[in-house]
Amino acid sequence: MSREQLAVQQARKAFLTGRSKPLDYRIKQLKNLNRFIKERAADITNALRKDLHKSANSTQLFEILGLEGEINLAVSKLAEWAAPRPVNKNLLTLSDDVFLQPEPLGVVLIIGAWNYPIAVTLQPLVGAIAAGNAVVVKPSEVSSHTASVMELMSLYLDSEMYQVVTGGVPETQELLKQRFDHIFYTGNSTVGKLVMEAAARHLTPVTLELGGKSPCYIDKNCDIRIACRRITWGKYLNCGQTCIAPDYILCESSIQDRVIDEIQKCIKEFYTTDPKAFEDYGRIINQRHYKRIMALLEGSTVAIGGDSDESVCYIAPTVLRDVTPASKVMQEEIFGPILPIVTVNGLKEAIEFINDREKPLALYVFSSSKKVIKQMVSETSSGALLANDCMVHFTLSDLPFGGVGYSGTGRYHGKYSFDQVSHLRSCLIKKLNMEAVNQMRYPPHTTEKLRWARVLLLKQINVTRWRQMAQVAVLAALAAFVVKRFLR
Amino acid sequence: MSSPPSPSPTRWFKALRRPRVEDVCVKTGVSVCSEVLRRARAAFSAGRTAQDTFRMAQLEALVRMLMDHECDFVDALGRDVHKPRFETVMSELLVVKNEALHAISNLKKWMEPQRIERDWSTALDECVVVNEPLGLVLIIGNWTSPLQLCLVPLVGAIAAGNCAIISPSETCTHTAELLHRLIPAYLDNECFHSVIAAAHEITEKVDLKFDHVFFFGDKEDGIKVAQAAARTLARVTLVLRVKNPCYVDSQCDINTTARRITWARFHNAGQSAVAPDYILCHAEAKENLLQALRCSLQQFYGTDPRESRSYGRIVNEENFSKAKEQLWRSGKVIIGGQVNEMERYIAPTVLTDVMESDPIMQQDTIGPILPILTVQDADEAVAFINSREKPLCVYAYSSNNKVISKIMNETSSGSFCSNDSVLQSVMVGLPFGGVGASGMGSYHGRYSFDAFSHKKSCLLRSTQIECMTVLRYPPYEDRNLSLVSLASFLNLKSQGWCTIL
Repeated sequence: MSREQLAVQQARKAFLTGRSKPLDYRIKQLKNLNRFIKERAADITNALRKDLHKSANSTQLFEILGLEGEINLAVSKLAEWAAPRPVNKNLLTLSDDVFLQPEPLGVVLIIGAWNYPIAVTLQPLVGAIAAGNAVVVKPSEVSSHTASVMELMSLYLDSEMYQVVTGGVPETQELLKQRFDHIFYTGNSTVGKLVMEAAARHLTPVTLELGGKSPCYIDKNCDIRIACRRITWGKYLNCGQTCIAPDYILCESSIQDRVIDEIQKCIKEFYTTDPKAFEDYGRIINQRHYKRIMALLEGSTVAIGGDSDESVCYIAPTVLRDVTPASKVMQEEIFGPILPIVTVNGLKEAIEFINDREKPLALYVFSSSKKVIKQMVSETSSGALLANDCMVHFTLSDLPFGGVGYSGTGRYHGKYSFDQVSHLRSCLIKKLNMEAVNQMRYPPHTTEKLRWARVLLLKQINVTRWRQMAQVAVLAALAAFVVKRFLR
Repeated sequence: MSSPPSPSPTRWFKALRRPRVEDVCVKTGVSVCSEVLRRARAAFSAGRTAQDTFRMAQLEALVRMLMDHECDFVDALGRDVHKPRFETVMSELLVVKNEALHAISNLKKWMEPQRIERDWSTALDECVVVNEPLGLVLIIGNWTSPLQLCLVPLVGAIAAGNCAIISPSETCTHTAELLHRLIPAYLDNECFHSVIAAAHEITEKVDLKFDHVFFFGDKEDGIKVAQAAARTLARVTLVLRVKNPCYVDSQCDINTTARRITWARFHNAGQSAVAPDYILCHAEAKENLLQALRCSLQQFYGTDPRESRSYGRIVNEENFSKAKEQLWRSGKVIIGGQVNEMERYIAPTVLTDVMESDPIMQQDTIGPILPILTVQDADEAVAFINSREKPLCVYAYSSNNKVISKIMNETSSGSFCSNDSVLQSVMVGLPFGGVGASGMGSYHGRYSFDAFSHKKSCLLRSTQIECMTVLRYPPYEDRNLSLVSLASFLNLKSQGWCTIL
């Protein structure tokens, strides 16, 4: 039996014992996960520095804080999320209990990514633990140091219920042959399709957080200075290696120069005149990606940056101007610190440009006109849409985070994580009485029975409304009584 | 963008025209399907389905179609499966009508963006979740409930603003032909199409790119559909047939139990995906149950169900032969067992002494055959249920609440119903779907709308209050980190951790 098969088998065995069902157990595991992050903070920070040249503060800000927030939210809200959820009844079921019961699915596989290895691998884990599942975590081998640190989780969590399996492509393929009850994958669409197809063999539902080219439209009617600050921050964070980074800019040619100017100022302000020497500027994850990104520059005009150093996988914050739709850099997700500017003649052309392409994970629009923003919201589709900022929707637990079409399926964060890896089972609890009512559905069938059936099935009852109406009626009667008795 | 054109007068006249009986139904090949898909996609891109008025008009047209042609549907289903009028109206037409009316009265509410509760850090922003149509939906129906399984998902797809292609099962030939004729007469001809596909052609159709595929059928076909959908990253809702267990406790009103089980199991001549497929009967209750079942069958269908107008027939020769095989090679026939090949009639049959390895327990149940297995207690029933794939429905009959809770909490299934059957699968308020081998995703009522929608998160900020946003920009100094951590801590009680970031 392979190591992967064994891990899955152990996880399933642990799940079948039923010990992840009680909420106390789940809360304890979540608190242990919190302890892992706190006690191993130094190890995590070192690992991320080696993998992605992330500074300590950067790690805290963009990996740890979010994860802690999710854990704390899950711990405080778990009882509410896991409770039965009542639904509207009809006349036939008025005296019955009708509700949705959240249940764990079973064994969940989480395939992590290398760009924010802690955040995107462990945030789904929070939801999976909260929902009462067993989990197999497969951290990305590309961020190898962080993957090693994640193996230490076994010292904090129930190591049978929550397995960490490290390895590369062969190990992942072996894992995908096993049967899971849900697979959570973060990565690119090509591999996403393979994961979904492998999951389909076992009828396993999937959550795919994929990428794509997230467009960023700058209206000529906006505070270009602020817009560029936010775009610069979003683009060059983690050296452009963020699935929701603004991939390319769409703007009118009349403002292109101004945009380039402002971005240049921001780069200098954020990363100094020598980003290579600056602690808070990252590196490309490895040689392969470095070469891939550098190849994208071919055929385009560099307006800012463009310098690089292969030996340390450094690429300067770069902006390309007057980029054509056919150029290399517009053919695939960049996932690097290169920001092409494509000029369009206004909002309509920008919308057509966006709709000609696959639905992105995020869409950004910078404008001070509500009309422009509203049009963008209603005439395009994307996982998420942000007006006048980049990427921050990732931090709001109330906003579901996920893609659509080629940018993914399913969503997570906060309660959505919990729901994504739960089964909401419809429950109808009846009693063996009121049989007289049931007579109308039994054969022999008569027209009279059919008439009753139409009435009883077609009406939906809003129990709350009836209760409210009953309360109002009682209050009105009481008021009338008081008036009559005391106020004559 | 201009609003979509209102329906032309010709279309209204078409709606009044009665469909011709001699219209021949031709199976739709893949090339025709691609053309139809291209037209539907063009209609969607043009924004035809965007407005609520359009969607409501289509839903109202669908309701009119069902009302205008009630007799035609009753006739078609009568010819296909000898379905009694009552069953066609109650379990097919009324269910769809209910869904459509529910959607019409709630559509505006469903379409409204969902406002996210704001806290102090997002007080100046607008956080909403907007419901968007996915685009193009493929609905693959099934012969077990040929109308319901095409039209209930269609209601959801229309309400959510999608264009749709429905593929009614060719097994119910008259019903499929009728739908194929009526859909273009009532619904928008560019947005909604009907194509008739043989089972083996289904994956070829899925390979043409859709945004969502709805499939109801058996597990093997479900896997093929899921794999085909994966190749184009299409979302799926799969509702798959996996045997539904039904536990009968020693403590229950056996007569009422038997009546409800009889109704559920033998309506539509046992051709249902949500009826109890086998009984796990407490040893003490078995004899009483058998007696009560005999009584109920007599009450419902008389001494000879073949003469009863309330009893159906098997849909085709192939299924009839399979069901006959299952009957003869499993356990012992204790009630019924009579067959008539000419009519594709199988009497309501109850089997005992059934082994788990018998064909009736291993294959899809496609006829009016109810095996009864004996268990010593609820624990044994739970162990048996859990040793098999997660079914669409688990049923439990008992007057003891503890027993009901036990069965509910210790098993898993798409849905659960105590002391009755099937009802939980037709309520608009409850999502209906499977889990594990019985499928993924769910539909009915609001859940159909959600299944065929994409919920887009929108965060609309202003370019003011830049002084706060400054905290997240590099250089990442310790001072920044402390302030942001503080903000995050303060935000703990509310449901966002920090939008300064």
